[in-house]
Amino acid sequence: MRHTISVLVENKFGVLTRVAGLFSGRGYNIDSLNVGPTQDPGTSRMTIVTRGDDATLEQIVKQLHKLVEVLDVQDFRDYEYIDRELILVRVTVDSRTRAEVMQIADIFRAKIVDVQSDSLTVEITGNEGKVEKFLELMNSFGVRELTRTGKVALPRK
Amino acid sequence: MSKTKETLKRKVTSPSKRSEVGAPRLGSEILVEALEREGVDTIFAYPGGASMELHQALTKSKKIRTILPRHEQGGAFAAEGYARALGRAGVCMATSGPGATNLVTAIADAYMDSVPLVALTGQVPQAMIGKGGFQETDFFGMTLPVVKHSYLVTSVQELPRVIKEAFHIAQTGRPGPVIVDFPKNLQQEISQPVWPRDIALRGYPAPKHADDLVLNEIIGLIEKAERPVLYVGGGIISGEASQELRKFANATKIPVTTTLMGCGAVPEEDPLSLRWLGMHGTAYANWAVSGEFKHRNSASDPMEKIADGADLLLALGVRFDDRVTGRVDKFCETGTIVHIDVDASEHNKNRRVQLPIESDVKYALQRLNAMISRRPIRKQFTAWHKQVAAWKKKAPLGYRVTEEVLRSQHMLDHMDGCSDQVILPQMAIEMLYELTGGDAILTTGVGQHQMWAGQYYRYKEPRQLLTSAGLGAMGFGYPAALGAKVARPDKQVIDIDGDGSFLMNIQELATAHIENIAAKALVLNNQHLGMVVQWEDRFYAGNRGNTYLGDPTNMKQIYPDFVGISKSFNVPSERVMFRRDLRGALQRMLDSKEPYVLDVITPYSEHVLPFIPAGKTVADMIY
Repeated sequence: MRHTISVLVENKFGVLTRVAGLFSGRGYNIDSLNVGPTQDPGTSRMTIVTRGDDATLEQIVKQLHKLVEVLDVQDFRDYEYIDRELILVRVTVDSRTRAEVMQIADIFRAKIVDVQSDSLTVEITGNEGKVEKFLELMNSFGVRELTRTGKVALPRK
Repeated sequence: MSKTKETLKRKVTSPSKRSEVGAPRLGSEILVEALEREGVDTIFAYPGGASMELHQALTKSKKIRTILPRHEQGGAFAAEGYARALGRAGVCMATSGPGATNLVTAIADAYMDSVPLVALTGQVPQAMIGKGGFQETDFFGMTLPVVKHSYLVTSVQELPRVIKEAFHIAQTGRPGPVIVDFPKNLQQEISQPVWPRDIALRGYPAPKHADDLVLNEIIGLIEKAERPVLYVGGGIISGEASQELRKFANATKIPVTTTLMGCGAVPEEDPLSLRWLGMHGTAYANWAVSGEFKHRNSASDPMEKIADGADLLLALGVRFDDRVTGRVDKFCETGTIVHIDVDASEHNKNRRVQLPIESDVKYALQRLNAMISRRPIRKQFTAWHKQVAAWKKKAPLGYRVTEEVLRSQHMLDHMDGCSDQVILPQMAIEMLYELTGGDAILTTGVGQHQMWAGQYYRYKEPRQLLTSAGLGAMGFGYPAALGAKVARPDKQVIDIDGDGSFLMNIQELATAHIENIAAKALVLNNQHLGMVVQWEDRFYAGNRGNTYLGDPTNMKQIYPDFVGISKSFNVPSERVMFRRDLRGALQRMLDSKEPYVLDVITPYSEHVLPFIPAGKTVADMIY
């Protein structure tokens, strides 16, 4: 099962390794991990997307709670939450396909951030369903490079 | 004086609530004063390039005794022995690189057994970190999976806070090891220490206290139960909850089984005690928990029940270790399990339980005791006690000189035909129990002798059996005995060891002699790695895979000569082969005012029983 886990941590060196170690030590891959400071510069929020059986993830969440530098852990499986991801994607275009890519980007409210003679770089933000759908469409033009922030999430309240 | 009064007094006398500022001094001296402020009286420390500054500062301390081990691992095990004997953090120190890596086994050991340990290491100067400098290792990174917490000091100003936090974290909640890695350039930097008054750790809340509602539920479960059992572990010892547990068990008349880590939580001579359970625990403890079954020879045969085990298992401060449970779904399969632990991550980790309760166990037992003193449990569990008594009678711990022993190479090589004079390892431990009146502190290595030390010595008090239980680290016994003897000079401290384990840290005989630490070693020497031999006999048709420790070209000789080795360390020692010499030799060992090694030669063909093979059930138990 797929889980989105939000971890509030002290903004100190070593914390990321400690958190990541709890996953790697159990042979679990992290699909995506995003980390950055919150409104309090001493605190960072990590958003981790991972897959695994519920019992093991329950263990990981409890182990996360035990880390001295972890302030709070939320497994969003149990909460209503909002999530977004930002993606930069470079798509191959020629004079024939350029307009079509721009049109699709427009429909998705994506932004063209760089234009070259043979490529367009598009920025798109959205929830998982939206960005995945957009990427699927871009694939037919030829994706040259792709980078994504990973999911960031907040509980609704 | 009550705790609140103490706090009040401190508040009145303290001149101000602000932090206290000290005179300027070296970082190394700040570290030593920080240790003194934590009440450290002993440190086991081996110097090197990156930690010699710290040793220089230690020479000026009037409060801290610095003990020089002969290997960093020995020093760290000694610190663990100290911590396990006292319940206060043990402190060890090493230099960077190989000094630090030599600490890792003991740190992992402290992590597995929840022992408060503060491990300090010198680190190469900050400018050299990451350059592959001489004796550089990333100790912070290397120890991450086996520490409760860790620090790499990045400025000398943070040192007082770091040390205060390190001891707080190591000793509170579920105890564990904390490492502090301290670069050499900061040891040499002069600074004014600011001693913090308080600890502010946002992510480290105080241990939870169970609420009365859920504790009442336990009372209800006891009143409904017919066959309750208390299964208690190291959490009772580290939580200092033994008195509360005894009161609770006596008031409810619930039989108690402990884990190896929990030995001494209740007196093992008490009729309510079932001794310890698990792979080599008593048959009656295992039956009481999981039920009695007809012995089956193959794990594919069905389990045929003879009598029911516990219908209510009160698991306190335990972690359902595989050496305790065997096949975990068959462990107390039909009973309701209540699990109280200060560490919520232990709940449902190895075994799903019906009622997990996150709480300081001492608090929970105090509240339960208060509740039952107001409204006593009326049940007497008479039928259950009768059943338990019958089980105790049916399968007591025992040993005899078997055919295997009489036919063994040991008899041919060493006994000169005196078969009635053979010393079984169990006998030696039983005699030691008798001669010490059950009052000694025992440490052990790992293997058969460890299990027999658990079985044939009967523990009265917590912190009497100090053993590497979770990690199972050979070489633990003698250095741990040194640490325990330093912590408890009033007690007789004896390492019951095997010849394999003893050899792994034998260099600590030098520490014992030079530092005049009168820890004794009783080596049960069977010239083999006995526990592996036992598994070879049971599961590999007796094929020996590197388990013989003697000299294959001269098997009649006892090898190595521990008596000779001890003499070279100026440690008195003797060897015993024959039963008639055992009692006198044990007495001489106990009477010695200095360290002593007694080398007792025993047959290798003896197996530890009862035995539930790994991953098997109580129906597969050999006893």
